[in-house]
Amino acid sequence: MKAWHWLRENAVMIVGLLAIAYMLIPILVIAVFSFNDPSGRFNFEWVGFTTEYWTKPFAITELTDSLLLSIRLAFFTAIGATILGTLLAIALVRYQFMGRRAANLLIVIPMATPEVVIGAALLSFFLTLNVFELGFQTLLIAHIMFSVSFVVIVVRSRLIGFDRRLEEAASDLGANAFTTFRKVTLPLIAPGVLSAAFLAFALSIDDFVISNFNSGSEVTFPLYIFGANQRGIPVQVNVIATMLFAVTVIAMLAVIIQQKRAEKAAAMRPEEVANKPAISLPV
Amino acid sequence: MDLDIADGEFFTMLGPSGCGKTTTLRMIAGFEQPTTGKVLIDGTDVAGQPAFKRPTNTVFQSYALFPHMTLEENVGFGLKRKKVPKDEIKTRVATELERVGLSREAKRKPNQLSGGQQQRVALARALVNLPKVLLLDEPLGALDLKLRKGLQVQLKQIQRDVGITFVYVTHDQEEALTMSDRIAVMNEGRIEQCDDPETVYERPTTTFVAGFIGVSNLMPAVASGPGEVRIEDGPSVPTPDAARFSSGERCYAVVRPEKLDVDLPENSPTDQPGVDGVVESSLYLGTATQMAVRVAEDVSMTVLCPNVSEEERQSLPGAGARVRLSWLPEHMHLVAESDADKAAADSKPTETVTEGVN
Repeated sequence: MKAWHWLRENAVMIVGLLAIAYMLIPILVIAVFSFNDPSGRFNFEWVGFTTEYWTKPFAITELTDSLLLSIRLAFFTAIGATILGTLLAIALVRYQFMGRRAANLLIVIPMATPEVVIGAALLSFFLTLNVFELGFQTLLIAHIMFSVSFVVIVVRSRLIGFDRRLEEAASDLGANAFTTFRKVTLPLIAPGVLSAAFLAFALSIDDFVISNFNSGSEVTFPLYIFGANQRGIPVQVNVIATMLFAVTVIAMLAVIIQQKRAEKAAAMRPEEVANKPAISLPV
Repeated sequence: MDLDIADGEFFTMLGPSGCGKTTTLRMIAGFEQPTTGKVLIDGTDVAGQPAFKRPTNTVFQSYALFPHMTLEENVGFGLKRKKVPKDEIKTRVATELERVGLSREAKRKPNQLSGGQQQRVALARALVNLPKVLLLDEPLGALDLKLRKGLQVQLKQIQRDVGITFVYVTHDQEEALTMSDRIAVMNEGRIEQCDDPETVYERPTTTFVAGFIGVSNLMPAVASGPGEVRIEDGPSVPTPDAARFSSGERCYAVVRPEKLDVDLPENSPTDQPGVDGVVESSLYLGTATQMAVRVAEDVSMTVLCPNVSEEERQSLPGAGARVRLSWLPEHMHLVAESDADKAAADSKPTETVTEGVN
């Protein structure tokens, strides 16, 4: 009777904990199995504890190369998509032009289109165009292409809440359009731009389907893991995955803290910020 | 609209929201461009020039301080754009912050300041550039009454010190009366009257001005001849104002509430013009007693009786009493009906009392 009462009192918390566990246990499994000492080629059964693979995470050259390629690709994707997406967002929010509403809708189409379709379409496009050699170039073009929409959406939401009178004030004080953008607009939308860049990075480093079509002979980190799955995944994959996870979490925390601080500075009326989500970063 | 503002003048555009005063200000600033016409500053036509090329600076209603910069950086922003040497920027910014009493907060960010302090930073940020014209768009609108009063005095003081032309936009008639050298009362995109505060209050020229500034005591009347007007259901009164109207033209006679005498009909001075009415309500306001007296079916007059002594206050007629309102002929003015009077009648502010203006 007493137990039943306790259960009823804490039902919401228990369900919440179960939901969180459901989301996080798979990740925990990856981390745990990075300490496994598998007997065969497959790291699917727990055999014994070892830190051996943590001491030599980069022992497998192909794995390390694929990781470096993915990081390089994600880095340039983030830069390219952020610049393009930010400019797009500014155009969509600030300027009245023919087809603006249509453009606002078209922006979400790449997000809604199944990745397989985009991947296959891009491949036939590249083959038809026959300008780029399949490899890093096509990967970069593909990754920027599918990341831009996300950047536009994140930056656009930041711009919509932007107080245009700040730009009028800058202009009033003698700043031309470019100086106004550099000194007032950009610093104030920077938190949004930064989250967008992180998002693009995360999307790129994680992509498998589209990369699989357009990589040519290049092997990205997800492609390597998928390939390795056929002949047995080395424990190093778990080690590196755990590292990536840790880096992502730390980066996300850094962004949240930075954004909170920036928003506090940007807020003339603090109660408005309290109602806004601190971060929009679905990594 | 045609408007001339003198050098070093404190000029106010006063009117209800939507009357075009802010739009006019924004056209002077360069945020909006006029479709036709000219904007001359110091003899140069700036129409078509963008804001950053104009010799004007603006104090915004919402202050529009740069939230990511310190006060120093905010105030120095304009000078930096003009490529003023660093040392000079430093001293001028310091002087300006000193003037508005915020030297100690120089390194703070705007969101760490109160509304009144932010307003002063906005003023400093504009004034430091020594513009030819300083534009102020309801700069005190967001502040509470007490703070507003204090800043009104400061603002006027600063304007006298620096001698810069101020163009001030407000919908607060009292603010306009206390600070301005000249007031343009605006309504529906037009200037109804442009005069010094005393003239605007004492001798309004249209029903709109009479109603917007102070309490409107409008009595329908007809100009009955040169130098004479006949009040509807009332006496004929000699007034030089009648010369502005052709004989038989409809107009309104205005008498300010504090200029009206209220007496029982038998005690009323016989040598003064007056109208009969019934007291509808009587409100004790502390400094005065305010009475509403109905003199015709659709004409109600407001009367202010200064609180001179307890005895006199007690002797005032109460609600329901038949009374006679009288006034000195020189306290009565004739106004023409505004074109927009019908529309304005709905949005007329219902100020109950105008203190300290007499």
